[in-house]
Amino acid sequence: MTRKRLGTLAWATGTLLVAFTMFFPILWMALTSLKTENDAIAFPPKWFFTPTFENWRVAVFGGPVLEFMGNTVWITLASTLLALALGFPAAYAMAYYRTKRTDGSMLWMMSTRMLPPAGVIVPLFVIFRDLSLLDTHLGLILLFAGMNLPLVVWMVTGFMEDVPFALIEAARLDGASLWQEFTRVLLPLLLPGLAATALLALIFTWNEFFFAVNLTTRAASPLSVYVSTFKAAQGDLFVAKMSAAATAAVIPVLVAGWIAQRQLVTGLTMGAVK
Amino acid sequence: MTTSVIQPKRRRRIGEGRRFLSAPAIVYLILLTQVPFALTIYYSFTNWNLLRPGSAGFLGFGSMFRNYQRILQNPDFWQVLTNTLVLTLSVVVVTFVLGMAFALLLSRPFPGRTLARTLLISPFLMMPVASAVVWKYLLLDPAFGLSAWVSRSLGLPAVYLVEFAPLASIIAIVSWQWTPFVMLILLAGLQSLPEDVVEAARLDGAGPLGLFRFVTLPHLRRFIEIALLLEIIFVLNVFGQIFVITSGGPGIQTTNLPYQIFLEAFSRWNIGRASAYGIFAIVLANLAVILFLQVVRRSRQEEGR
Repeated sequence: MTRKRLGTLAWATGTLLVAFTMFFPILWMALTSLKTENDAIAFPPKWFFTPTFENWRVAVFGGPVLEFMGNTVWITLASTLLALALGFPAAYAMAYYRTKRTDGSMLWMMSTRMLPPAGVIVPLFVIFRDLSLLDTHLGLILLFAGMNLPLVVWMVTGFMEDVPFALIEAARLDGASLWQEFTRVLLPLLLPGLAATALLALIFTWNEFFFAVNLTTRAASPLSVYVSTFKAAQGDLFVAKMSAAATAAVIPVLVAGWIAQRQLVTGLTMGAVK
Repeated sequence: MTTSVIQPKRRRRIGEGRRFLSAPAIVYLILLTQVPFALTIYYSFTNWNLLRPGSAGFLGFGSMFRNYQRILQNPDFWQVLTNTLVLTLSVVVVTFVLGMAFALLLSRPFPGRTLARTLLISPFLMMPVASAVVWKYLLLDPAFGLSAWVSRSLGLPAVYLVEFAPLASIIAIVSWQWTPFVMLILLAGLQSLPEDVVEAARLDGAGPLGLFRFVTLPHLRRFIEIALLLEIIFVLNVFGQIFVITSGGPGIQTTNLPYQIFLEAFSRWNIGRASAYGIFAIVLANLAVILFLQVVRRSRQEEGR
């Protein structure tokens, strides 16, 4: 073996070791979810054990996890779609009908995303209470759509600017309406970009906690609110079931992020590259 | 954003009105952010407390700043502000150092690189309250947690890290979550570094350190700036981890501004006071961004750009 190959091998081993260490808490959670409650709190910790799916059966499929997950899925999908529906035409105007004020509006939009949630939670609570939106899906959907809207406009505008305008002009010469421009020309071309945008919005919404915990009580609460109520105090034998429920809560986003790593990077670096 | 250069005149001919397609989004954002913002300012001048019915009154021009005065006179506020700043700055420093190191590790090809990257980005995808639960009950528990096992194996007494160093624990856990974010952005920066530039610098006799200092870092500048800016904005708002792990305690040792607002609004139901705290949070976020941009501008000028 040459020195160079030995160096690469050492590099690979070191990096994988570091990566494994960073990942370990997540792995430990997943492993604990497959232990019996006694094994889960054994000391010293058990590294080898006979896996059981009892916790998953009881805590995830027998408990309220699926109910909360239903809330999360519905709120996440609906708010992301609403943000895209509002953001797509806005991005169209920003990208193809630039005026003197376009850059200013863009920056203003991004600045709304920087508004600290804690700074506006009080009036939002009062407004939600007065409009009977507390603890409703609709309330959180409207709120999260607004939370993701600046990101959607920013990213989709960027992607649209990469589309050659000649393509749109050609469609117009063929008599395409605005709707046809959206669906026939832009949508197919922007699909990868839209996927990256939706992915980031999905991650932020799925994991959101601050608004969720303050504006819902039970009926419309997403998973994050349920997970935050876990306490070891609910009996020391709760650790394994808690892990099962927590694992179920994070798996969809983990897997989505793993599959769409490229899109994730595109989304995160949009601001730096443009 | 790049400025489009494609014939603006010809474009104007069709559907001039289409530039108003951005109106719904803008109106939506005004309703959702500016209206609550204005209301926060208004409430901060009232003595409204949901536990005292009929208390929704304006404080009067003579004493309209009473909520602000009370906050500024309260020594707890300064502790909370310090906590917020220490938490945010520490997380930014830790994640920058680790994120840069990890990005450099991933920047050259080796067998298993995709696996390593997949494992490394995972903490960022974790629901913050879920990672809080995992850290608190599975890893740091003083009775059966892994940290207890590690310290006992080393012959040390098993301390409960969350009680022993509460703020440091929160900083560590939040940093674990945010390191991948910085890493991903810096990695994208490293991979956009043109190979021929690196090659040329090597031919000029640059060593690995010189290469990093004079070629890689300047190229990464924009990526570093955007990563840190976004991180500051997000970490100022950390809430879930504190809610689950320490509830702001012991005492107020881990209470940051968002958590203080949460307590003021939803356990004391003091709408007026909580709103005044909210204004402080908004001002702090703006100051942080402005200050950061200032630093960026100055360091650019020094480099003669």
